[in-house]
Amino acid sequence: MAETEARGRTLDGIRAYGLIASMWVRSTMAYRASFAMTALGNFAATGFDFVAILMMFSHVDSLGGYSLPEIAFLYGTAGVSFGLSDLVMGSMDRLGRRIRDGTLDTLLVRPAPVLAQVAADRFALRRLGRITQGLLVLGYALLVLDIDWTVVKVLLVPVMLLSGGAIFGAVFVVGAAFQFWAQDASEVQNSFTYGGVTMLVYPPTVFAKDLVRGVTFVIPLAFVNWLPALYVLGRPYPLDVPQWLAFTPPLVAAACMGLAGLAWRAGLRSYRSTGS
Amino acid sequence: MVDADFIELDNLEKVFDVRRKAGFWRREKSEVRAVDGISFTVARGEMVGYIGPNGAGKSTTIKMLTGILTPSGGRLRVAGLDPSRERTKLAQRIGVVFGQRTTLWWDLPLRDSYRLAHRMYRIPDARFAENMERCVELLDLAELLEVPVRQLSLGQRMRGDIAAALLHDPEVLYLDEPTIGLDVVSKAKVREFLRDLNAERGTTVLLTTHDLQDIEQLCKRVMVIDHGRLMYDGALTGLHEVGSGVSERMLVVDLERELPPIDLELVRVVKVEGPRQWLAFPSAASAAPIVAAIAASYPLVDLSVREPDIEAVIAKMYADRGVY
Repeated sequence: MAETEARGRTLDGIRAYGLIASMWVRSTMAYRASFAMTALGNFAATGFDFVAILMMFSHVDSLGGYSLPEIAFLYGTAGVSFGLSDLVMGSMDRLGRRIRDGTLDTLLVRPAPVLAQVAADRFALRRLGRITQGLLVLGYALLVLDIDWTVVKVLLVPVMLLSGGAIFGAVFVVGAAFQFWAQDASEVQNSFTYGGVTMLVYPPTVFAKDLVRGVTFVIPLAFVNWLPALYVLGRPYPLDVPQWLAFTPPLVAAACMGLAGLAWRAGLRSYRSTGS
Repeated sequence: MVDADFIELDNLEKVFDVRRKAGFWRREKSEVRAVDGISFTVARGEMVGYIGPNGAGKSTTIKMLTGILTPSGGRLRVAGLDPSRERTKLAQRIGVVFGQRTTLWWDLPLRDSYRLAHRMYRIPDARFAENMERCVELLDLAELLEVPVRQLSLGQRMRGDIAAALLHDPEVLYLDEPTIGLDVVSKAKVREFLRDLNAERGTTVLLTTHDLQDIEQLCKRVMVIDHGRLMYDGALTGLHEVGSGVSERMLVVDLERELPPIDLELVRVVKVEGPRQWLAFPSAASAAPIVAAIAASYPLVDLSVREPDIEAVIAKMYADRGVY
């Protein structure tokens, strides 16, 4: 009973998300030239990150013991994962403003889950620019790298991208949930999302062990790409952890999404009993 | 659920915990009883005014009725549903208009909001087309459909909001300050539309307002709330009686030049400011003979009559009942 209800709510949410997102897409497509420009801008702006890495490699041959194509592999996987979550959930950081100006109330009188409505608001296809850019870099890495491919490794790449997207998405939702209590918490969330992706671009060997432990065991960003990517690259993980952890990103993602859902519900419940 | 108890509140309460800074670390916690034990029922098809001063608890009540806020105590049913627990189910059956903030999609053309509502509320195509046509015609929206909501004037936006709240044929319509900030023409249009809606479709309407004219023109029944309690629940005429008892009406006259206070029977000069004078007279008295008397003996340029406002009526109610 409760299970079918939860599934019904999820389906309602996905449906509402689709309706709202397609409304925004239609509206964007009314101005194709403007869309092309902003998508290109998004592509270029995020691409500068990789240009910066290329410039570094014009002075050094390796970074933390990793070659340029290996870094490109990390960059591509982190970038695509983050790009996916940013595309789907990137509007969550507007929640604080909605609470402050009272427009969250208008979402609560519609027959659709609030999370879906907040996430789909201002759905922006231009964010595909980041994904495209990440895919290109990833493509370059896969072409150049001399990987000893196995079936598992081949499957692990798309699984890694999707799970990584889900993990980042969960961070977006948890960050939004905190905004029910502290309306300016979106900056904290940004440090985990935008900050997280910046970190994951570089190999774990360049970071302090404590930081690596933190993103492995506390906020599991290491499961976005480090653990599975290092397995694909045939590199040892700097922490003493079992190798099978490299295959767990889907489980970690599911757990993160579950926790994020609970945090969101607690936040919304608190809002509805305090009115903030 | 019986139609007589279509909306049912039984000792409804909403208590907010307010934390206030008291020093660097210390926070003082205090309770604000925004809604403090309100009970009433509204029958299906009724049109009820819900009035009271700012901060009286009107909006908090509406937020509980719509399921936005969870009550702290008491019982609440709308159309047989518990609003906060069955929020999305209830949303299908109610329409909400917030005067202060729009439910429309701010940056998109008005039409997009309606198109989305069509799908989100799963309104059958024929029904949607019919309701859309009706709203566009009666609320004069034809020229506004392609305009982004943010570019609409307040009056246009309000009409757009009312249409959005009605496309799914709600059984109840809540309006929170629907005429706030509107010009006279827009106000009249909105009121006429609501009156017809209630008469033709039997939609139950609950509206909060600061504008006594909204109530006079729309509602037979009025509830007055203050400090979270129900002060009055009954016919509008009854409220007027309470009001006319003490409240005086105000005559503002502009004379040709500065003159000593006007001395006339029934009239009490409240204020003189240059050629303008404020004269209070009993609400029950007719203004016409007083105006005639002034015009006969003073060089009158202009005048206006001000009705007692809701605040004055409520103040009077307190005085009569000895509350506080």
